[in-house]
Amino acid sequence: MTPADQTSSPEGNADRPPVVSTEMSTQDAQSSPRRSYLYYRHSLPVRLMHWTNVVALTILLMSGLQIFNAHPALYWAGKSSYTGKPPVLEIGVRKASEGAQAGYVGYTRILGREFDTTGVLGLSKSADGRLSARGFPWWITVPDDPWLAMARLWHFFFAWVLLINGLVYVMYSAGSRHLSRDLAPDRRDWRSIGQSIRDHLRFRHPTGDAAKRYNVLQKLTYLIVIFVLLPLIILMGLAMSPWMNSVLPGWIDLFGGRQAARTIHFVAAWLLVAFVAIHVFEVIVSGLWNHLRSMVTGRYRIVEERHDLN
Amino acid sequence: MTSTDGRRRFLARTLGAIGTLALGGCEKLSRSEWFPRVLGAGEAASSTVAHAMTSRRSMAQEFAEADRSPTFRSNGTAEPDSDAYREIAANDFASYRLVVDGLVEAPAHLTLADLRAIPSRTQITRHDCVEGWSAIAKWKGARLAALLESVRLKPDARFAVFHCADPMAEDGTDLYYESIDLEDAFHPQTILAYEMNDAALPIANGAPIRLRVERQLGYKHAKYVMRIELVQSFAHIAGGKGGYWEDQGYQWFAGI
Repeated sequence: MTPADQTSSPEGNADRPPVVSTEMSTQDAQSSPRRSYLYYRHSLPVRLMHWTNVVALTILLMSGLQIFNAHPALYWAGKSSYTGKPPVLEIGVRKASEGAQAGYVGYTRILGREFDTTGVLGLSKSADGRLSARGFPWWITVPDDPWLAMARLWHFFFAWVLLINGLVYVMYSAGSRHLSRDLAPDRRDWRSIGQSIRDHLRFRHPTGDAAKRYNVLQKLTYLIVIFVLLPLIILMGLAMSPWMNSVLPGWIDLFGGRQAARTIHFVAAWLLVAFVAIHVFEVIVSGLWNHLRSMVTGRYRIVEERHDLN
Repeated sequence: MTSTDGRRRFLARTLGAIGTLALGGCEKLSRSEWFPRVLGAGEAASSTVAHAMTSRRSMAQEFAEADRSPTFRSNGTAEPDSDAYREIAANDFASYRLVVDGLVEAPAHLTLADLRAIPSRTQITRHDCVEGWSAIAKWKGARLAALLESVRLKPDARFAVFHCADPMAEDGTDLYYESIDLEDAFHPQTILAYEMNDAALPIANGAPIRLRVERQLGYKHAKYVMRIELVQSFAHIAGGKGGYWEDQGYQWFAGI
């Protein structure tokens, strides 16, 4: 039984070396002919740009949270922070109310609802163990301790790394047909969407030739991250720049103004975190070492499907 | 099988090493002498590209009266802790003199009345703080371009340095200062504001005058300006980075 019958032709991969090595598996080759071989799945430029993104996005998130800590509040309506309306999100510290244990509590207020987030948000232990008032805790920020100037240095350097890496990636993907061949969904992909959702929910992953190509949910997710989420987060970063505002005065009002842009920037960052969490989860459940090898050396082990002869 | 185990161990160790490097390494790099200088390439690139994407006179967004913030937040110094400042503030800044000197043909000492006689500009703009908040207010002030034309710059003048009255150290030293280049100094929206929201500029917001340089972040907008010095280089002033916050590691180009 094969999980999906959509496979067999190694479509569009004719110009790549499809079979790098063929070796018999350690199983009894005579009675059970399950052959496996290493398939060249990721080109060197894609691998390099993937790991560059890992470094850049990690540092951008952590330095970004340190920058956020300098004013741990987000606004939505209005053209500035101080419009007479409260922030939509606020992280802070206040004296504990009477009856509660003495001292301070860290709180997070979202749309007027307050949550006690002592220990993580608002009030947390610093690296040396002392309790300190800060938005996000030390272990998720770069640098560890409140240091806005240094966080900005990290953030803007790696923003350029991300931007240049992204532009090179898009040019490479268009030029090498990685985009049209591997990422653009074809008619068969669109038809298999329901099946792909069911497969993902059951943690069933393609084998054989189907494992050589991205599945439709994977394609759509990558396309959204590459062409929606990343451009949006960069644009919203630029919207916070007073100098870039002057390129075309008022353009940031299309997104609700500078403070709304800052909120969108923050939300987009956490959407990227959610993407990475799901991405890493899928990598783990569908073969961590195989995937890691293929993103390091390019070679992914394909176990051939058994074709029973009735 | 053993070769697979070896590979797995190698990968696990590699990942562990990368993780340790990422967390501990960033701290060490931040505190090193050389790495922040490497990171500074980001600021240089931002400044170059931002200038290339805009004309010298690209205008900051201006707003309607209704967009003004109910209260305009005072940040940094709210009242300069200096006897010299208290003395001029005591008689409503009647004895205030703005000194304009350095690389100019005609150094000047200007009273508030002199400043009010210079062609002015009124603008409702958004003040963007490096911390992430912003506030909108209406400003009226003398156009810096008109002032600089009247004192006639020498050809080697490249920067305007703003020396302020507020000490940043508790012992009364480390006076705040800032600097901008001539592109910003001659920008139409760059003014020495003496009014905020149709009233005399409050002390909390920089009385008697503060700089408005609208395409840059708040720390560039020096308050309590006492002296404008035209220089070729600011390397010899205080920490040499062109401003109080720049000397603490903030970017000189504060447009982003």
